[in-house]
Parts: sequence; structure tokens; C-alpha cells
Amino acid sequence: MPVRGVDIKIKGLTHKYTPKSPLTFEEVNLEAKPGEALAIIGRSGCGKSTLLHIMAGLLPSTGGKVHLGDTEVRAPSPRWVMMFQAPHLFPWMEVTQNVGVGLRFAGWPKKKIDERVDEALRLVELEKFADHNVQDLSGGQQQRVALARSLVMEPEILMLDEPFSALDAFTRASLQHDVRAIAKRIGINLILVTHDIDEAVIMADRALIMAGSPGKFMDELEIDLPDPRNREDPEVQKMRARLMTAFHDATSSARGQRPAVGDEKDAGTVQQRGSEASAAVAG
Amino acid sequence: MSTVQADVASGGSDQLKKWMRSTGKKVFDFCAGLLILGVLWWLGVWFITLDPTAPFFFDQFGPGAALLEGLPKLWAYGTLQESISASGARLGMGLLLSIAVGVPIGIMVGLSRLTAETTHVPFQLMRMTSPLSWEPIAVIALATWNQAVVFLIFIGAVWPIIFATAAGVAKIDPSWRKVARNLGANPWQMLTSVIWPAIAYDVMTGLRLAVGIAWIVVIPAEFFGTSSGIGYTLQNARENLFYDELMAMIVIIGCVGYVMDAVLVRLQKRASWVRED
Ligand SMILES: Nc1ncnc2c1ncn2[C@@H]1O[C@H](COP(=O)(O)OP(=O)(O)O)[C@@H](O)[C@H]1O
Ligand SMILES: [Mg+2]
Repeated sequence: MPVRGVDIKIKGLTHKYTPKSPLTFEEVNLEAKPGEALAIIGRSGCGKSTLLHIMAGLLPSTGGKVHLGDTEVRAPSPRWVMMFQAPHLFPWMEVTQNVGVGLRFAGWPKKKIDERVDEALRLVELEKFADHNVQDLSGGQQQRVALARSLVMEPEILMLDEPFSALDAFTRASLQHDVRAIAKRIGINLILVTHDIDEAVIMADRALIMAGSPGKFMDELEIDLPDPRNREDPEVQKMRARLMTAFHDATSSARGQRPAVGDEKDAGTVQQRGSEASAAVAG
Repeated sequence: MSTVQADVASGGSDQLKKWMRSTGKKVFDFCAGLLILGVLWWLGVWFITLDPTAPFFFDQFGPGAALLEGLPKLWAYGTLQESISASGARLGMGLLLSIAVGVPIGIMVGLSRLTAETTHVPFQLMRMTSPLSWEPIAVIALATWNQAVVFLIFIGAVWPIIFATAAGVAKIDPSWRKVARNLGANPWQMLTSVIWPAIAYDVMTGLRLAVGIAWIVVIPAEFFGTSSGIGYTLQNARENLFYDELMAMIVIIGCVGYVMDAVLVRLQKRASWVRED
């Protein structure tokens, strides 16, 4: 199996949005091996998106360091690209132009861009839609275009911020499988931020549980299941139950530290799709 | 199989019929509207000439004299062509200047809250001053009358371009910029690949308003000092009592304005990426 991924090291990462606002998270440490698929799970508002934006160089941290491979992250780079909850395609471009836009920014010649774009569209099974305007595609297809747009950059790390939460269940399930399969095939790291425990079990090699305010990693769980992973598989179900328990233990101990009003009502689930404030870290 | 084909065929001819019907309606509306305008014009002049004390030359104001005598004369002398090209050149210069100054300022206003807040009052003040009120100053400050006219067009046309550009920039989805940054866009690429295509439609909206203002400004601005252009020809016709030519020029002003706006509507549609359905 090829490994294009890199070592990921985060040390003592701390963040505040403004000098006066409370800490988003504090002293976050993390290590991952090349090619590892990592899921970070936690409730809305615990700082997952903020952490991912800092890792991608889209947001400055307040303290601490992020090393991706031998590089300290200070700015965005095509070596680590992020996919967001919405596809955010450029509506004035066709599918191929959207997919190739990063290579164009990098100054590639048109012919080489076309080759790479074709390849990426095959990977996400959208070759038939190459000439369409992106506004004519379904939500799932648009998110596939966004995936292709990230993959053409041949990144070492693909960061995903709840990338499928706006899609219907079937499309979501197939994209979860596909993204993991592609990442494993080309050997890149995945860092997946989600509030969906199923998604973590299907996609990740390891799940980190983030909770509290300021956010912290409370626990982690190896997900050593064979591929392809099927939701109905008893092993997968067992892993899901284990992760759920770990999650509840972690969040209740986080609550023990600092009681948060109104938390009890959703003690049964971490899935609060409607209330997600995804635009919170825009910009 | 054959029913499917028949369906497709009838669908095609249905579409053709629909197209012909809608085009036919457009042509009819166009002609009927012009006809009504022409009749009103003719009636107005006829009504005035009913008064026996009215001067004899009033019938020169009518559509017959203007279109059948004034217009051919203007064309034959080359006055028409010269005036349109002279005014057109000033209009073009003024508009180019407005775009060159207005779009960058509009982008800055749209991107920066501070710029927007500090420029709001002065820009609104400037916008509300009649462009023609600058004429004495323009004439003193600038070397030629030609430059003065271009300046008057500029000072009238730049505001809608600034405001429309700023409005367009302000409503750019911030995620687009984030995505572009994420994929390695440098500031220039951000401008040309994200910001410009995102605001092109709004800039065109501003340009349409600007052309409307510029076309209104250029004619009175040419009344004094210049010796070419539509405004000059109009003034000249008045002084020489060529009333058929004067009315013909007014018709021409309307037509040129109409054509410019129609072209801009086309361009505007092309710059739009929003799906209409
Ligand atoms: N741009 C911002 N300015 C100030 N506070 C923010 C901003 N974005 C997010 N926050 C706050 O930071 C915390 C973490 O947000 P976020 O990282 O989006 O959480 P998650 O992705 O886990 O839902 C939340 O309390 C949120 O209100
Ligand atoms: Mg989030």
C-alpha cells in the first residue's frame, strides 16, 4: 500500500477567538502516523472546526504548534486540503474548472490539469458530468466535485469538517465508504471532524473524543475493523457501542469538571444535526 | 418507438411555434409602442399649430419634418455621424475612467468595514451633487473643454459603479474565499478567479446606471465651449433655427441611449451565473 501521508504532531495547541473570549480549547496534543485515518468526535461547539481550521492554516492559533510532516503549519497549503460541510463550488465554473482550480492556482499547464481532472472525476465517478455547470448537480454530486477538487491536489492530508452532514442518508453512506477507500488506496491521512458516531466507526482507524469547555481530548479508541465496513456487521455494531459508551463517559466527566446548563436533554445522542453552527468559523 | 419519435418531433415544432409567438409579440409590442409615441408627438405639434398666433415654423417640430427632412440632412452633411462619434468618445473616456476608479474603490469599500463606514457620508454627499454643478470648476481646473466634459461624465457615473461593486463584494460568500485560500490562491488569483466573477453581474448593474447618468450629462455638458458632439449640434440647431434638425437630434439621443442600454442588458446577462429557474 502506498503511503503519501505524513506524521502529524500537535503540541500544546490553545485557541481564543478574541483576547476577551473564553478559550475555545486548551493544551490540545495529538499524534498520528502516516496514512492514518483519524476521527475527532464531539458535540457542536466544542471546538472541532476551529481545531481543523488551525491545522489547515486557515486560522492562526493562540499558542502551541502544528507539524504536518516536516513542516510547521502557518498558512494554507495544497499539501493539506480541507473539505467543508457544504461543497462551496464556484457557480460560474463548470465541473472540470472547479476541480482544476487548485492546479490552475499552482500554475500548471492546461493539458496537465485536464489529465489530472479527468483522473479525479473518474475516482469520484463523475466523468459523465464533466461539462455540466455545478448548479445542475445534486447535493451529493456537488460534494463529490468538492472531493475531486481536493484530491487533484494530491494532498498528503485530507481534512474533512462534517463533510456529509448535509446529505441524505444513502448518499452519505456511499460517500463515507468511497472517501475511506480512496484515502486508503492513495495512502493519505484523513482527519475527519464529526458529531456522528457511525461516521467515525465507518471511516476512521482511530477516534478521538473531544469534550468540555474549553475543549480537550478526553479519550480515544482504536477502530481496528477490516474493510469494507458495513453498518449491519455485528463487529461494527459492537465498536459503535464501545465508542458510544466511551463518548458518554468522556462527556459526563467533562461535565463533572464544569457543569453546563442544558446539556442533559441530549444525553442519549451526539447527533444534533439541525443545531450545528457550521458557519461559525467562516473566514 | 415511433410514438416517442413523434412526441419529440411535435415537441420540437411546439417549441418553434412558441418561439415564433413570443418573438412576434415582442416585435408587435415594439412597433405598437413606437407608433403610439409617434402619434402623440404628431398630435402635440398639431394641437399647438391650431393656435393662429403660433409662429409659422412650429410645424418643423413635427415627426414628419424631423424624420423626413432633418434626419436626412444631418446624415448628408455628416453632422450626425460626427456628433455621435464625438459624444461617444467623451462618453467612453468618462465611463472608462469611472470603471477604472470605481471598481477598485468599490472592492475596497466592500471588503473593509472601516472603509465602508468612513466613506459613506462623503460618497453620499458627492453623489447627490449634480454633475453639471462642477462645470465651472472643471473648466477652470482642466486644460481643455474636452477634458472638462469627460470629467463631468466621470463625476456623475463613478458613484453607481462604486456602490454596485461594493454591494456585490459584500455579498460574496466568504466560503468561496476560504476555499480559494485553502487551494493555494494568491491575492491576485483571488481577485481574478473569485472576486471578479462573483461581482461581475453587480458591476454591470452599476455600469448600466452609470451609462444612463453619463448619457444625460454629456449633452448639456457639450452646450458650452465644445465645437463638436450631440450637445453642440443641438445648440447649433437652436441658434440657427433648424428646428427639424433639433427634433431629429432628440430622436437620435433617445435611440442611441436605448441601444446602449440594450447592449448592456445583454452583457449583464452574460456576466450572470445565477440560474434563472
Ligand atoms: N468566528 C468566531 N468568533 C467567535 N467565536 C467563535 C467563532 N467561531 C466559533 N466560535 C465559538 O467557538 C466555539 C467552537 O466552535 P466550533 O469550532 O465551530 O465548534 P464545533 O465545530 O465543534 O461545533 C463555539 O463556542 C463557537 O461559538
Ligand atoms: Mg463545526
